[in-house]
Amino acid sequence: LSLALYAGSLCAASGAAFLYHDYCVIGAGPSGLQVAYFLQQAGRDYIVFERSHAPGSFFALYPRHRKLISINKQYTGKSNSEFNLRHDWNSLLSHDHRLLFRYYSRDFFPNADAMVHYLEDFASLMKLQVQYNTAIIHVTLERDEQAWNGHYFLLTDQDRQNYKCSSLLVATGTWVPNVVNFPGSEYVEGYETVSINPEDFAGQTVLILGRGNSAFETAENILGVTNFIHMVSRSRVRLSWATHYVGDLRAINNGLLDTYQLKSLDGLLEGDLEDLAIVKDKKGKLHITLRFYLENRNTSAGIDSITLPQDELDNFATRAPYDRVIRCLGWKFDFSIYNRSLRLIPGKGNKKKYPQIKPSYESRGTRGLFILGTASHSVDFRKSAGGFIHGFRYTTRAVHRLLENRYHGVPWPSTVYSITQLTNSIIKRVNEASGLYQMFSVLADIILLRENATAFEYLEEYPVGVLAELETQTGRKAPNGLFVVIMEYGRNFSGADKDVFYYNRAVGEAQHAWQSNFLHPVIYYYEHLPTEREMKLRPPDWPLPRPDAIHHIVEDFLTDWTAPNAHILPLRRFLENCLSTDLRNFFAESCFFFAFTHQKLPPFCQQGYVRMQGLVGSEGLRRHAVEAGLLEDYTPRDFSGDKTPDSHEGSQDQLLRDHTIQVRPLQHLVNAKDE
Amino acid sequence: MSAQKDRWVSSFSFLLFCASSIPRRGNARLLQELSPQEYFSSLQAGRASLAYFSHNTSPGAQPFLEQIENSAEALQDYGISVVKVNCPKEDVSRYCGKENTLRKAYLFRGNMLIREFPTDALFDVNSVVANVLFALLFNEVKYVETLADLQSIENALKGRSNMVFAYVPATGTAEHRAVMEAAFVYGTVHQFVLTTEATLLRDTGDDEPDVSSARLLFCHCQRATDLAQPCRRTAMGQALTMLNIHRHLKLMGAPLVTEVAEDPEKVSTVHLQLGLPLVFILSQKETYEADRRTAEFVAWQLLGKAGVALLSRDLVDLNILLRSNVALKTPDEGVPVKYLVLEDTDEVITLVEDKSKIRQIQEEEEEEDQEDEDEKENNNQDIQDDQVVEAVSRDKKRELPLEQILLLTEETFHSALLETARTVVLFYASWEAVSLAVLRSYTEVADHLKGTQGVLLARVNCWDWPGVCTKENVTQFPTVKIYEKGERWVMYDGMWGTEELTSFIMLSRISCPLKLATIEEAEGYLRGEFPSELSSYHHTLVLGVFSTATSEAREAFEEAGNILSGHVTMGMYFEDDALSLSRKYAVSPPALLLARSGGRSVEGVALSKQSAQDMVRMIRYELLDVFPEITVQNLPRYLQLRKPFLILFSDGDIGEMESKEMLKLAKGRPRQAFVACWLNLKKTPVGRGVLKVYFATVPSLPLLLWVNLHAGGQVFQFPSEQTVTEMNVLSWLERLKAGLEIPSSTLSEEDWKPPLPAYDFLQMMETAVPEVPPHPSHRRGDMPAPESPGGDTTVQEEPSQETKAEKGGSPGRDLRGTAPRLAAREKQGKRHSEL
Repeated sequence: LSLALYAGSLCAASGAAFLYHDYCVIGAGPSGLQVAYFLQQAGRDYIVFERSHAPGSFFALYPRHRKLISINKQYTGKSNSEFNLRHDWNSLLSHDHRLLFRYYSRDFFPNADAMVHYLEDFASLMKLQVQYNTAIIHVTLERDEQAWNGHYFLLTDQDRQNYKCSSLLVATGTWVPNVVNFPGSEYVEGYETVSINPEDFAGQTVLILGRGNSAFETAENILGVTNFIHMVSRSRVRLSWATHYVGDLRAINNGLLDTYQLKSLDGLLEGDLEDLAIVKDKKGKLHITLRFYLENRNTSAGIDSITLPQDELDNFATRAPYDRVIRCLGWKFDFSIYNRSLRLIPGKGNKKKYPQIKPSYESRGTRGLFILGTASHSVDFRKSAGGFIHGFRYTTRAVHRLLENRYHGVPWPSTVYSITQLTNSIIKRVNEASGLYQMFSVLADIILLRENATAFEYLEEYPVGVLAELETQTGRKAPNGLFVVIMEYGRNFSGADKDVFYYNRAVGEAQHAWQSNFLHPVIYYYEHLPTEREMKLRPPDWPLPRPDAIHHIVEDFLTDWTAPNAHILPLRRFLENCLSTDLRNFFAESCFFFAFTHQKLPPFCQQGYVRMQGLVGSEGLRRHAVEAGLLEDYTPRDFSGDKTPDSHEGSQDQLLRDHTIQVRPLQHLVNAKDE
Repeated sequence: MSAQKDRWVSSFSFLLFCASSIPRRGNARLLQELSPQEYFSSLQAGRASLAYFSHNTSPGAQPFLEQIENSAEALQDYGISVVKVNCPKEDVSRYCGKENTLRKAYLFRGNMLIREFPTDALFDVNSVVANVLFALLFNEVKYVETLADLQSIENALKGRSNMVFAYVPATGTAEHRAVMEAAFVYGTVHQFVLTTEATLLRDTGDDEPDVSSARLLFCHCQRATDLAQPCRRTAMGQALTMLNIHRHLKLMGAPLVTEVAEDPEKVSTVHLQLGLPLVFILSQKETYEADRRTAEFVAWQLLGKAGVALLSRDLVDLNILLRSNVALKTPDEGVPVKYLVLEDTDEVITLVEDKSKIRQIQEEEEEEDQEDEDEKENNNQDIQDDQVVEAVSRDKKRELPLEQILLLTEETFHSALLETARTVVLFYASWEAVSLAVLRSYTEVADHLKGTQGVLLARVNCWDWPGVCTKENVTQFPTVKIYEKGERWVMYDGMWGTEELTSFIMLSRISCPLKLATIEEAEGYLRGEFPSELSSYHHTLVLGVFSTATSEAREAFEEAGNILSGHVTMGMYFEDDALSLSRKYAVSPPALLLARSGGRSVEGVALSKQSAQDMVRMIRYELLDVFPEITVQNLPRYLQLRKPFLILFSDGDIGEMESKEMLKLAKGRPRQAFVACWLNLKKTPVGRGVLKVYFATVPSLPLLLWVNLHAGGQVFQFPSEQTVTEMNVLSWLERLKAGLEIPSSTLSEEDWKPPLPAYDFLQMMETAVPEVPPHPSHRRGDMPAPESPGGDTTVQEEPSQETKAEKGGSPGRDLRGTAPRLAAREKQGKRHSEL
C-alpha cells in the first residue's frame, strides 16, 4: 500500500514534479513535532519540513541566556500523570513515559539545550517523518475540484523541489525578530546577536529597548557589572503574577525591578520607540534624542548641530549617554513565504505579529491551512497559554481531532456514560485534566446529553471558540442540550495594574463561588447549541455566550475540587436542576423501598439496583446513614433502646395523658362495614 | 404549606392589629416628652401610661431609658402611652424630688398610680411589656404560688369557664410577655392563671418537668361535671409565643368533633387552616352512637394535634373500600385524602402523632428560615442529602483494614497480575463515595477470603493512576475485574455487597461450566459434594447433559457458562453414559438438570434453545425460585420479570399452611401471570416502611398484597378476615381482575425531581452586574486609559474588590482568624467576619 501511495504521490503538474503528501507540516519545533506525533499515531500520510539539520532550531539559539522560563516541576506529591502535566510545561504529549521532560532536566527552569535534546529524542523515538535541511521558501495554491479543500498547497524548498499537499499545517513559530526603524537604529544591537558574556558590559551604561522577558533576561545577565541599565518601551511593565499570563514578565527575570525601585541607578521608562532617535558622538557614546529634532535639522552638520532634549529640558531623563543600546523586542511570524492567494494576513493591533486565524486554528483566508504552535497565539494572546508548549500541545491535539473528523470521517473521540456518572466525570476531569487547566477559557470539555437525559457523551478539550460548529467539527450530535466544562479566572481579578494580593481575595463558600478569583471550573449549560450569531455577540470577556444556567465550583487553594460538601454537592444540585432529575446515590435498601413505593425510580437505582448492581453497603455505613437521618431504620425496637423520644416530647405526652384512657377497639366499626 | 400558614395568620384578627401596618414612626415620636405639669394634666381616666422622670437624663439611666423608648411602640398597641417627664431643676415634688424616684418608672391608669417599677425590672422590651400588662391585667391573670390557690380557682371555674394555666420560669421573659399579650386578648373569655413555681407544675401531673422552659396548659373546666376530679388538661406542645398560644386557644375553642356530610376532600375546618390534619371517623347509621363515642374519645386524645370529624357514609357517596373506617386529610394542598382500615383507636393516634412529629420538624425549620431572611432562598442546599456520600464522609476518619488488599500502581499492576492464579482488582477513586462504600465491603470480602489459595485481592486508585484505569477500560467507579494469570478477565456485574462479591470470587474459581468426567462425579456434583471447594456455597446447581451428538448445544452451553461465570454453578456431562444419567432424571439430552437447595430434588428441563444468549436467559429464569422470599438483594431478579407481585408480608417465618397454599398458587397458576413471593420483616425490616407507605401504619400480619409494580401501581389488600388458601386467593384475584376491588393504595407516580434548587449564579451575577454578561468596560491586558469609561485605575478598582470580597463571604484561603471565623460560622450562619 505504501508503495502505491508513493507512486501516487509523485505526480506531474505543469511539468514540475511534485512530491505529494496529505499533510505538510512546516517546522519541526515543538508544535510541528507534536502534530507529527498525532498524524503518525493516526496513520496519516504526512511530512514535516525543517530548514535546520535538527528539530527545535529556535531553541538552539534562544533564549540567548539559555534559561527556559517554562517550569519543570519534579514533584507534585501526586502520581497522577495527567495531573502532573499541569505542572510540566515542557513535555510534549505522547504515550511514551520516557518522553517526560523531567527525565531531561532536573532544573525547575531548565536549560534550553535540554529542550533541543528532548525534541531530537522525541522526533527519533517516535520515528516522526521529518525532512531536515529543507527550507520552504514559497507556498502557493493550486485549484483542483478533486482536492479536499478545492485546492492543493504547493510548497517549494530552497532547492526548488516542489511538494504538494492537501492540508498545510504551519508550525513555524514566530522567529523573525521585531525591529524598529528610527534614525540611529543602526547603532542598536539585536538580542539575537548581542554578547551574553557579562564581562563585555563591565562599566558600561546600557539602554535596552523592550519590556518583555527577553529584555529583562538580558538585563538580569548584566545587572551586576553595568553602571546602570535603562529600559524603554511603549507599554508599562506587566508582571505575570499579576496578569496570570505566562508571557508577561516572569518573576525569575525581574531583578531589574528591584534595582530600579530600590534606587540602584537602573530604571524603567515609557515612551514610543518610533519617536526616538539615537546619535553617536565622537567618543562613540550614544545619545537619545527625538526624531522630531532630526527632522527639523537642515543638513548633516555633525552631532553638535543636533538638538538633544536636555538642551531644552535640562533634567531630561535619558540625558546620560549610553555605551550600548540593545533591542529585545520579540519576534513575529514569517509572512514572506506565502503567496498572496493564501491571504495569510497579519492580525490587528497587538496581534499583528501573528497571522489571522479562526478559533479552530484554521486560516481565515484559506481552507485547509492550519496554524499551530506559537504562531497560533492570536486566539488567546495575553489570555491563556496557547503560545507556549504547555498550551499548544493541547490545541494541536484539538486541531488534529478536527482534521480527523473533517478529512477522514473519524468523529471526535468520546465516551458514553450513564447519567449517574455525570457528576463523577466532571469532578474527575476538573481535578486532573491538564488541557482544561493549561488552556483555560480556550479548551473545554463538552457533555452532550442523550435523549431523556439518561446518558451522555463526553468530549474532551474542544476549542470553545467554535462551539457553534460543534456538530460539523466533531461529527457528534447535540440535539438535547449540552454542558460546557471550562476553567476560568475571576473576571476583573487580575491585570497589569491590579492588586492581586488584597485581603479576602479568596472565596471559601460554595454559595459565593461565582465570585471566585483564582482559576476554578465553570460549567455552562445550554438547552440548545449556541448559534454562530450568539457566539459573535458574546461579550469580549466571556469565553461563551449567556448560558441557560451556570455553575462555578468554588476556587480551591489546593486546586483539589473533591470536597463532598463544598464542591461535589453544589455541582450535583446544579446538574440535577438542569436535567430536572435526582442524581443522588442510594443504598440498595433505599432502592428496594422505592421499587415498592414508587412507579419510577431515581436514575441511580434504575441504572444500578434494578440491573442487579445495587450498592448494598456495609453495616457501618448503613448506621452512619441512619444517624445522618438519610436512611430510615425500620428495625422495630423497644423504647428502652438508644432512640428514646426526647425528654421534652415525653413529658408533654405525660401531661396530656388522661387518667381514664384505655385503648378501645375499632372492631365494631370494622365489623359493621363488612356486613 | 406557607399558604396554609398565611391563611391562619390572616384569620388572626388580633395579630393583624398587632402587626398592623401602622407606619413605623421613630420611637422618638411615640415617646412623648412632657413637663410634670403637662403630664399630670394630660392623664385621662381609664387610659394607662408609663412615665419616668428625669433631670436632663442622668447618664446612668441611659440603657434603661433606651429599653423604655423601644417599648413605646409595643405598648402603644395596647393603648398604653409612654411618657418621659422632664423635671425642672428646682422641682422637688413627689416624683421629681427624690433621687431614687428617678430610678423608677411609674404606671398610671388615669391619674391613679398602679405600680412603680424599679429600673432593673425593665431590662428589655419583653420585660417592659410583660410587667406593664401584668400590672394592668391584675384581675384577668391570677398569680398563684401554691397548689391550694390553683385548686380553689379551678374548682370555682368548674362548669363555668375554662382556665389557661401558664408556668414561666421567671417574669419579664419573652414567654411571660406572650402569656400576658394573650391574656390581654382572651382574658375575658378564659381565666388566666400564672405561676413561677415549678412545684405547681409537678403537682399538675408532670413528674419530671423541665422547669427551665415555660409551659401552658388549657384546662377544660367549663365541661367539668365532677367536682372531685381535676379539669381535663391539654398541654401546648410548642414554644410559648404569642402566635402559638393563640393557635392553641383557637384549637381548644373549636368543637371537639365536627359532624360532616360532604366529601372529605371539600371539608375544611379550623384544624386544617391551622396546618393540622383532620381525622374522619367513617360512620353508618347503624353504629352511629358507638362511632360518635369513638370519635369523641379519639378527639380528646388528639386535642391540639388534629381535628376529628364524624362522617356519615350514608349521606355521602364515596368510592372507597367498604372496610375503610378512618380517613386522614392533611393540610398540605394537593395531597389526597387517605382512607384506611384501622383496628383500634391507638392506631389512629399513632398515625397522627407520627405525622405531626414530621410536621413539627418541618415547621421548626421553616421558622429558622424566616428568622434568617437572607438565607431563606438557599434552604439547606448546602446540607448533604446523599445518603451514600454522607455515610462515607462520616466514616472517613476510621482507618480501613486494608492490609489484606494489595495496592497496585502503574508500575506494579501487570507484574502483580502474573503472580497469582486469580487477581481481583477493585478500581476506585479515592474521592468518589460509591466506590469508597464498595471499598468498605471489599475489606470484608478480604476478611472472608483470608487464606484462600490462588486468589489475590488488589485495588487501584484511579485518582492516582488514571493511566492504568483508562487502559483497563474502567469507565465508571467502582469496577471490579477478576484477572486470570493476566490473560483473560471477567468484570463483576453483581450487587456491590460483601456476600455477593465473595461468592462471585469463589464461584469464578471453578471453571464454568465444569466438565464432569465420570457419572459418579456428576452425581456428586448434583448432591453439592463435588467440587469440594463449593460445598459451603449453597446454590442451585445446573448440570448440562449432552449426548455426544449434540455438540452444537454443548458449545452454546459452554458459551453461556462463560457469561454466567461467577453467578451460577454449572457443570456439564457428555460422556458416553450420559444417556443413563438423563434417563435417571427422565429427560433426553440435551437437557438441564437443576438441583435446588442442596440436591434434595433434581428437576430436568429439556434444552430446546440453541443460542448461548437464549440459554443464558433460560438458565437465569430457571434459577428463580417458585415462591421466593423477597430480600433487598434478590428483588431486582424478580423485578426483571416485570409482573405484578402477590406478596405475603410476614413478621418472621411464614406459617406452614400459608406457605403450602402459596406454593400451590405459585405452581398452579401459569407462572407468567405474577410473582408469588413473601417478605420476612425480621430479615427485611424496610418492608415495614413499605407497609407504612401503603397503610400509614403497619397493619396486622401476615398480610397478603397484590402489588402492580409495573402497571398502574395499585396495591390491593387481601381481606384480612379470610384465610390464605389457594381457593380464596384465586377468587379474590378474579374479583381484582373484574375491577370489583378498590385499591388500598397506589404507588406514587412522581418523577424524581431535584431534591433542592441549585445556587442561581446566573441570577446572582445579574443582580451584582446589571447586565450579564458584564459590559466590556476594559479588556484584560490592554493599557488602562485613565479616562476610559470603565475607570479601572487602581484607586477606583480596589474598593470595588474590597466590597466584592466582603460579599463573597469568608475566604477559604485566608488563614487569619480562621478559628474564630469557624466558630462564628456556626453561630451566625455564613456571614463572614474579618478579624
